[in-house]
Amino acid sequence: MTTRIFIPCDTTALSMGADKLVSIFVAEAEKHNSTIEIVRNGSRGMFWLEPLVEIETSNGRMAYGPVEAQDVASLFESGLLTGSQQHPLALGLTEEIPFFKKQQRLTFARSGITDPLSIADYTSLDGFKGLKNALKSSGQQIVDEVKDSGLRGRGGAAFPTGIKWQTVLDVAAEQKYIVCNADEGDSGTFADRLVMECDPYMLIEGMTIAGLAVGATEGYIYLRSEYPVAHRIMNEAISRAEQAGYLGENILGSGRTFNLEVRLGAGAYICGEETSLLESLEGKRGLVRAKPPLPAIVGLFKQPTVVNNVLSFAAIPFILDKGGKAYADYGMGRSRGTLPLQLAGNVKQGGLIEMAFGVSLREIMEEFGQGTYSGRKLRAVQVGGPLGAYLPESQWDTLVDYEEFAAVGAVLGHGGIVMFDETVDMGEQARFSMEFCAVESCGKCTPCRIGSVRGVEVIDKIRAGDDAEKNLELLGDLCETMLDGSLCAMGGMTPYPVGSVMKYFPEDLRAKSISKEVQL
Amino acid sequence: MTIQEPLSITDIVDGLKHKPGALLPILHAIQEQFGFIPESAVGIIAKSLKQTKAEIDGVISFYHHFRTSQPGNHTIELCRAEACQSLGSRSLEAHAKTKLGIDFHHTTSDRKFSLDAVYCLGNCANGPSVRINDDIHGRTTVDKFDRLLEEYSAKSVSA
Repeated sequence: MTTRIFIPCDTTALSMGADKLVSIFVAEAEKHNSTIEIVRNGSRGMFWLEPLVEIETSNGRMAYGPVEAQDVASLFESGLLTGSQQHPLALGLTEEIPFFKKQQRLTFARSGITDPLSIADYTSLDGFKGLKNALKSSGQQIVDEVKDSGLRGRGGAAFPTGIKWQTVLDVAAEQKYIVCNADEGDSGTFADRLVMECDPYMLIEGMTIAGLAVGATEGYIYLRSEYPVAHRIMNEAISRAEQAGYLGENILGSGRTFNLEVRLGAGAYICGEETSLLESLEGKRGLVRAKPPLPAIVGLFKQPTVVNNVLSFAAIPFILDKGGKAYADYGMGRSRGTLPLQLAGNVKQGGLIEMAFGVSLREIMEEFGQGTYSGRKLRAVQVGGPLGAYLPESQWDTLVDYEEFAAVGAVLGHGGIVMFDETVDMGEQARFSMEFCAVESCGKCTPCRIGSVRGVEVIDKIRAGDDAEKNLELLGDLCETMLDGSLCAMGGMTPYPVGSVMKYFPEDLRAKSISKEVQL
Repeated sequence: MTIQEPLSITDIVDGLKHKPGALLPILHAIQEQFGFIPESAVGIIAKSLKQTKAEIDGVISFYHHFRTSQPGNHTIELCRAEACQSLGSRSLEAHAKTKLGIDFHHTTSDRKFSLDAVYCLGNCANGPSVRINDDIHGRTTVDKFDRLLEEYSAKSVSA
């Protein structure tokens, strides 16, 4: 009898040694005269357990992890191939692990279950059903379904996706474009990467549906160069989808066309801003464009363009398959559906957590995360990437909802949650926010380009105890100028993390030099 | 050195120049083959795309990923972003610079390693993260970093 063994192939599993396990499992199976088939699946998103090895049994898939090379022999001895639970690394049925079981996975329903590149796996779990429905619908009908879902842009700005698509549909043009923003540069985020590495056909399907909706025949995925694994898998998936008739000319015999190409970024955070991204796709420096005109009207190569984040496109196949209403049934207030949260940083159990809007930040960090990796007390949490505020404990009961976060002066952004324990120096974090802005500013507008450099200098003075009161006031003024005067979110939101440190962790901005003096 | 042959750069440019917005794909293909963008490429690209050399240079210098000098056998990128900071990347950075004897954007004198900063590798629950060539390594303690250096030192060519 052949036993199927699943060893994930996403970046995190690979970074923890998953590739090395394959040959070791093969050798060990030979030693035991057992026949095994190794499937390279995507990740379940339980990253503290990676590499998470699964064995298929008649009762379901049994999990073991984190598995290191030296564990394989003892796993075989303990009866791994029959799903035995005798080994210390045995975790029981994968889908009964609380971190996984408590989730509401719509977008990530297949992630980790399937071989990412197998079209048969994809279609066996609802894949391409949404596309088939879209092929039977008019552009307007597709757009209406997306509007009904209440989906808001998952890149961070939370603009209603249906309205954006309507704008592009309504503009007459010879050529329109679909552009996927896969420049996932926010620290603490990896949901886009997981889509591309673990379920790439879902992104292809979502973008193709967008093309059918607005009448665009060309699409680009602008992928960051920091994601070599996603690049390889995405390119292979596109080629296989074309061969199978789901992409390219005459999609599934419909006579409709949609071509898709991956374009690599080149290490510029600013290219995650949509207009900078379009400039980059056109082969230029990634300078931010002034808006209006909106990209929906004057976008790539001056044509009407849908620019959406990976997660926005990834939500589309479900919406076109099960209906906009089924998606909108999840969530709270004006935040409908689910948000794939990414729990990262100093966390015991980090990974991907897809939940309906409305769960509290504390529940995510305590029940899913189980506290810090270091075991020390949690002190600050940055949500929404490097341009997101640091939240002190008094704000941890905030519910995951765009408006609730805005109400406390924070942002949900792309759903990244980065935890810091009590050893963090928040003054250093505030300085880094300004430093990052200086490194990554496109340079087009002064508040961002110069403001960030001055920001670093002023924070250094404050931290050195050099006229601290005056300089703190100056830093406040500078933040206000950047917030009001910058062309895009880079300079306009860097004041969020800096301001949150000034407001909630003021002792860290100054304490260092003062406490040193006191000690002396 | 054969890598400076303008002919093969021309081949790359000719193969890609018809794409809309061809410049980044061209620069990636050149760097993929040569490890960096040789100075001689700038004029060839400019002529082919009917742009000025200043425009091409401007694009190359805008993006952190493109380099204009030959890197070492292995390129190490240390993540400096917040999630890795929360797990001690600042001390890893200090250790790496001391151990290799170089700062960011430099190459060791034996040409084995180049060191660069990177802002997020998307491996944020398993930091500190380090990329060496196309391999990403998680939970990079100082000890693991030293082991990785030994491992890659033994490999002469980048993977």
